Amino acid sequence: MGKKLAITGNQAVAEAMKQINPDVCAAYPITPSTEIMQRFASFVSDGVVDTELVTVESEHSAMSACIGASAAGGRVMTATSSQGLALMWEMLHIAAGMRLPIAMALVNRALSAPINIHGDHSDGMGSRDCSWIQIYSENAQEAYDNIFQAVRIAEHEEIRLPAMVCMDGFIISHSIESMEFLPDEVVRDFIGEFKPTNPLLDVDKPVTYGPLVLPDYYIEFKKAQHEAIKRAKKVTLDVAKEFEKVSGRSYGLFESYRLDDAEIAIVVLNSAAGTAKDVVDAFRDKGIKVGLLKPRLFRPFPYEEVADALGSARVIGVFDRADSFGGFGPMYMEIASAMIASGSSPVMINRIYGLGGRDFMPEDAEAVIKELVEIADTGKATTLKEYIGVRE
Amino acid sequence: MSTPLRLKELSKKADLLTGGHRLCAGCGAPIAIRQVLLAAEVPLVASNATGCLEVSTTIYPYTAWKIPWIHTAFENAAATISGVEAMYKALKKKGRVDRKIKFIAFGGDGGTYDIGFQSLSGAMERRHDIVYICYDNGAYMNTGIQRSSATPLGANTTTCPAGSVIHGKQQPRKNLTKIMAAHNIPYAAQASPAHWRDLMTKVRKALDVDGPAFINILAPCNRGWRTPTHNAVELCRIAADTCFWPLYEYENGRLTINYKPKEKKPVTEFLKTQGRFKHLFSPDSQDLLKQAQENVDREWENLLREEACWREEAETKGEG
Repeated sequence: MGKKLAITGNQAVAEAMKQINPDVCAAYPITPSTEIMQRFASFVSDGVVDTELVTVESEHSAMSACIGASAAGGRVMTATSSQGLALMWEMLHIAAGMRLPIAMALVNRALSAPINIHGDHSDGMGSRDCSWIQIYSENAQEAYDNIFQAVRIAEHEEIRLPAMVCMDGFIISHSIESMEFLPDEVVRDFIGEFKPTNPLLDVDKPVTYGPLVLPDYYIEFKKAQHEAIKRAKKVTLDVAKEFEKVSGRSYGLFESYRLDDAEIAIVVLNSAAGTAKDVVDAFRDKGIKVGLLKPRLFRPFPYEEVADALGSARVIGVFDRADSFGGFGPMYMEIASAMIASGSSPVMINRIYGLGGRDFMPEDAEAVIKELVEIADTGKATTLKEYIGVRE
Repeated sequence: MSTPLRLKELSKKADLLTGGHRLCAGCGAPIAIRQVLLAAEVPLVASNATGCLEVSTTIYPYTAWKIPWIHTAFENAAATISGVEAMYKALKKKGRVDRKIKFIAFGGDGGTYDIGFQSLSGAMERRHDIVYICYDNGAYMNTGIQRSSATPLGANTTTCPAGSVIHGKQQPRKNLTKIMAAHNIPYAAQASPAHWRDLMTKVRKALDVDGPAFINILAPCNRGWRTPTHNAVELCRIAADTCFWPLYEYENGRLTINYKPKEKKPVTEFLKTQGRFKHLFSPDSQDLLKQAQENVDREWENLLREEACWREEAETKGEG
């Protein structure tokens, strides 16, 4: 058993990176993820890890250097938030298109303008289509555990795609909570040696990375990428099973909370799910059949499994801590796709909450569940998409 | 023992950028790049910014490169090669790589002077053991001859066209080689394929230093310069003879001018060879033409003065 400590989310991730001891890290400071690389830099300075740390001049260069390093043939990690991820956006696609298994911690933060340093999911959701595997974490323990699993999934020979582990800025990154660490040797065995494929540093077998691919082949590359990321669903489950053996903590594609017989379901991502679970319990105590689904693997999205888990619900409320302005929230769109593809047609509402770090209170969850109860009674929803917790 | 820089011996070395690539007939870039690759005596790994050189040499499923090569995007050839070099250091430290390998980045002037400027500056400041080669043809030629900050004063491009009111580019070039030297890197130089032995000597010096090096190489583009396809090398010679493109190097900060024309020709000798400057020879552009000569003169005189200072200092030290 590993030691138990009270620690912040950022410290937990830095600790995970220390235990992984990647070959190269390239990073640039940005709130609220700065502390991860700051702590990691002191591990480098103190010789606790033997990573080459490249302290670049921008996030664009951070991801560019990560790509160069990964293609060279070793294990590569980084961390960022918000504008940093936005600046990397071009390179996120290139990392995935080159099938490079880079692992990144994304400490979720709102996007400008107006500038705001607090937690919401606009950054992660904005990189939804970059072909990165995305794993979301409710708390520090999950972020710590997910980092190891992300490395394994990304580096799996049938996948070879980059992966990001997301946790809420400040709410998790800067809050102290009790969590359990794995012993170093357990991490070492679980992670294993990095296996390079076509490394640039093999000068006897020169390879060309990033050629010009015209209409005669481009779509074949993209299809291969699509097939690879689809395989990540099964690999995520396999890796989770292995992880459970060494940690005793179990993970799936998502977490189902009191969903089995739920007539009313809510879908909540990351830290707000913790708050919402308490509210679900309170309603259950009153005999109302409500349950919660907390997505974990967002890309690839497990449509069939989610639809199956939400199968008994007649009414679903999807919470989004990001907006697709002029459309529904990104999570709502996924859940709606899942339900429609499964042939069921529950009434579904979308509630946008917590943007820019606005607190998500139990009363917020309570108000929405009350609304869902009403919809269940009448079979009708008046407003499909609405912002909640807004000052009027 | 390195191969002597003589044609007889060099002709026996393998070409690392093979024929069959699709750069234009008469393009200066592959001449420059082949000279760079031919100079190297250690295994190289290259990164390449988006541009003519990149698109024309790697049309999938073919590649003209016989060295490990990576292209990621336009503005980050320096950052990309930083990562490759960092991984080399990491794996060497851990005993997972034992060969001596050197790292090189190629970019055109757009990818180097403009969009890649920040990433280049960062890589130089971080002291990666890399050589950055800019092949400077003075505009965004790959997208169809748009102005860059390397475009010479007065040049006609598609985004600074020679019109009836504005006669081509109104601003002088950015002096990137000097800016790179100002990073206090161990080696920075300017070269041209017409002086091939000088160019290859510079590449060897750049590869020999432990730390970052930068070489700016003039690379004529007949499409953009509006010149015939047979005289790229000759144009480079005229560029040096007019001091439009002086050949010099900074070794640990100390300047040496590598070529001083016996008789410095007027810059019009260079400008008149190219259609992009044709309009400057009309009566209403005389002012730009005059400015062009003044700019060349000022830069050349500054170089001579600076070199003389270094010589004086060395002599003083020698006497002391």
